[in-house]
Amino acid sequence: MRNRLSSHVRAEIDRWTAIFPADRKQSAVLAALREAQHENGGYLTRELMDAVADYLEMPRIAVYEVASFYSMLETEPCGRHSVSVCTNISCMLRGADDIVAHIERKLGIKTGESTSDNRIYLKQEEECLAACCGAPMMMVDHKYHVNLTPELVDEVLDGLD
Amino acid sequence: MSDNSIKIEVDGQEVEARPGQMLIEVTDRIGNYVPRFCYHDKLSIAANCRMCLVEVEKAPKPLPACATPVMDGMKVHTRSELALDAQKSVMEFLLINPPLDCPICDQGGECELQDLAMGYGRDVSRYQEKKRVVKDKNIGPLVQTDMTRCIHCTRCVRFGEEVAGLRELGATGRSEFMEIGTYIENSMTSELSGNVIDLCPVGALTSKPFRYSARTWEMSQHNGIAGHDPVGSNLHFHVKNDQVKRVVPAENEAVNEVWLSDRDRYSYEGLNSGERVTVPMVRDGNNWQEVDWDTAIKRAAGKLRDVIDRHGAGKIGALVSPSATSEEHYLAQKFMRGLGSHNIDHRLRQSDFSDQEAAPAYPGLGISLAGVEQLDAVLVVGGFPRKDQPIFNHRLRKAALAGAQVMVINPVDFSFNFDVAAKSIAAPADIVHELAAVLKAAVAMSGRKTALTGLPAALRPRQLHKNIASALVNAERPAVFIGSLGISHPQLSLLRYLSGTLAQRVAGVFGYLEHGANSAGAWLAGAVPHRLPGMVNTDTAGLDATAMLAQQMAAYVLLDVEPELDCFDGNLAREAMARAESVIAISGYKSAAKYADVLLPMAMYAENTGSYLNMEGRQQSFSAVVPPPGKARPAWEVILALAAKSGNSAVKYGSTGEIRSELDEITKNIRPDNTGAWRMPETIEATGDGVQRIGYIPMNSVDALVRHAPALQQTTDVADGFARINGKTAQKLGVIRQESINVTCLENSLQMPLLIDNTIADNCVLIHGGHAGNAGLGPLSGQVSVTGI
Repeated sequence: MRNRLSSHVRAEIDRWTAIFPADRKQSAVLAALREAQHENGGYLTRELMDAVADYLEMPRIAVYEVASFYSMLETEPCGRHSVSVCTNISCMLRGADDIVAHIERKLGIKTGESTSDNRIYLKQEEECLAACCGAPMMMVDHKYHVNLTPELVDEVLDGLD
Repeated sequence: MSDNSIKIEVDGQEVEARPGQMLIEVTDRIGNYVPRFCYHDKLSIAANCRMCLVEVEKAPKPLPACATPVMDGMKVHTRSELALDAQKSVMEFLLINPPLDCPICDQGGECELQDLAMGYGRDVSRYQEKKRVVKDKNIGPLVQTDMTRCIHCTRCVRFGEEVAGLRELGATGRSEFMEIGTYIENSMTSELSGNVIDLCPVGALTSKPFRYSARTWEMSQHNGIAGHDPVGSNLHFHVKNDQVKRVVPAENEAVNEVWLSDRDRYSYEGLNSGERVTVPMVRDGNNWQEVDWDTAIKRAAGKLRDVIDRHGAGKIGALVSPSATSEEHYLAQKFMRGLGSHNIDHRLRQSDFSDQEAAPAYPGLGISLAGVEQLDAVLVVGGFPRKDQPIFNHRLRKAALAGAQVMVINPVDFSFNFDVAAKSIAAPADIVHELAAVLKAAVAMSGRKTALTGLPAALRPRQLHKNIASALVNAERPAVFIGSLGISHPQLSLLRYLSGTLAQRVAGVFGYLEHGANSAGAWLAGAVPHRLPGMVNTDTAGLDATAMLAQQMAAYVLLDVEPELDCFDGNLAREAMARAESVIAISGYKSAAKYADVLLPMAMYAENTGSYLNMEGRQQSFSAVVPPPGKARPAWEVILALAAKSGNSAVKYGSTGEIRSELDEITKNIRPDNTGAWRMPETIEATGDGVQRIGYIPMNSVDALVRHAPALQQTTDVADGFARINGKTAQKLGVIRQESINVTCLENSLQMPLLIDNTIADNCVLIHGGHAGNAGLGPLSGQVSVTGI
């Protein structure tokens, strides 16, 4: 079954639960959801969240709460590469809004949307990612790109498969 | 206060407090009200509404009273300028999003937000921006949501986790987008779900059946006692225009604390059912005729007289609801015995009466409800208290959370809302041996070598039995309870002996979790065939509930009973009624017209006056708060009229109070004790093999009133027509791929849809009782055969 947890995800979760006391399995919920999302092409389904809840012996609603709270967890289908442009104060002062506008124009989508070929997902809004020294910056998948210019953005985005 | 107390100063007043206590507990105790939304003394502290900010000297900013522990010498100002400013500012923030639709909100008039906005809100809003709107969720037939009104206090979420033990509601999303809900479209399934309505400080969660039917200030509030389980929860009826509009809990720490089960909260809807009988009716042939009371009573008395003349009084039997009042039980037995018949019984769902002479004064809990919380090891034999006696279960859950080992021997692996320490899931017949094995293990452990007669020598306790036994033996305050399924067990007498002896061996409590609201009162009032009021055995016993049906009476008197749904053997009950010459039904509903020839409409529940004796022996009286519909009369008056017409002058009272005092006088010296109240069997031999029926009755199908309450009938806790079998047994029987199966019991056969349910014990089929379609199958338990189609 595609949407149940794979053996790799289960092994990853087990690695995390081992760190915590036996009766505190739910401490691994963030790591578990991250793994499950990663393997599912960048977003979580209800089945995956339920599977994580059952695996960690948590109430399902408690997993929905976590998944819907954190901005790095997606609960709706989206493109496979996640692009987050920081628009917080330092980046804003250094032209983040122009960067966002450039990406929107280039990809033909607004923030919060995915390209029709499901290649790129432009996050709704991203707060400070703690790279103010390199503002403006963006995070693509798990990687930081700093001191952005439209050219640098093009180069990074065009390089995505 | 003990010497372990400290002194603080609240608004200039010196107050003693316990170290570690939260400030709000102290201010509440002395009556200095601090406004709050999220704080509730039965729930954990969230401190997220910030409404209870107060000034504490030397603290740099206002502190939340609900989450600030007291410290020696602390000086607190709850209404200083700083405190009031903080409270008013929080109020302003809290009022940003609520729609302020009080004129159409059911909470209007009893709304904490409304009340506090009066005290702490500004008269003009400074907020000019957009308000958020949250889509309403459908969370089932009982609780209505208007989530735009929600202020995120999370009382409902905490209630789910901490009290209901079932986390169904949560706070998803964050910041502006945070919403309370189930996230996915899901109905709440907790049997206590309605309590979130009382907890919700705003109009976000309100009663769905009550919606838009009255304004709070139009209703009057009256006290009442819940009538479906032996807890006897205290409640308030809210009445408008002589109609019960809704029911809310009344606080009684000793009984239901501040909670109410959904069944008790919504069963009032059955009072307003279109199926009520409102006029006395008599049947001639197939024609029903509405008549006046005098005619109806005359007809009923005449029928009974006629049956006595031709067959003798022994051919009349009375079946009375275990939820009738003690006064009704007392009068009914006095009336029957006046006619010359001991055939009266309220134990409609019991089938083993063989040790009834040894039974205790009444099958009580053997401990107070509050005492249940102190138990540290509990064994429940045959029962699902979570649904059967929800408020008792709440106490049990508290004990479990405090570390008690709660264990079960059950035919179904019921889903409890706490961790069950050990469970033996076995077919009904095997439950006897499972229990005997635990007893044997306990005897071996307790070191007292007194032999126990009858325990099969071949019985070898397994590790599970030893674990259960050792938990009980090593506990300081153990208890063994026979649950509702145990009471309906075909070998109740053995379960009683084994459970009682086990409890005795481990020096623990022994108690019963009975059917109905007033079985305890019924026993004391003599609504049993072998005992007069006050625990006096009769010279010769009358017929018990099952024998009255098996030995076909010529006439039956029914008191709030739907025989095919309320009796142990629905099919037998139906046939016995059909064959009887006369059936006099004192009933709330027209359903009795199927077999009755005289239908006497009775007052029910909120329309009735009387008293109940709950499972801990607490007598609780209540008075009618609404008139019964049409010409219906309270059953006690109906029985008095019947007695008068039958020439029984001894049955004569002016009020329920007079009946009560007479009964109290008779029973005043009775000290109920379950200990030793059993009969030692010659052998302990479980009967029954092959496939056995489990006749569980879901909580919202237990009596006529709940069966006529529409919202409760839409929940999942109602009887259905499925046959449930576990996968292994279905495989063995060769029906695993079948959609429907034939189930045969005695000579009765039914075709039923099959549901594979792996919580059922091996070699069993769960078929609900309290269901008209299933009644044809006969007894609630016993051997059945299952074949494919």
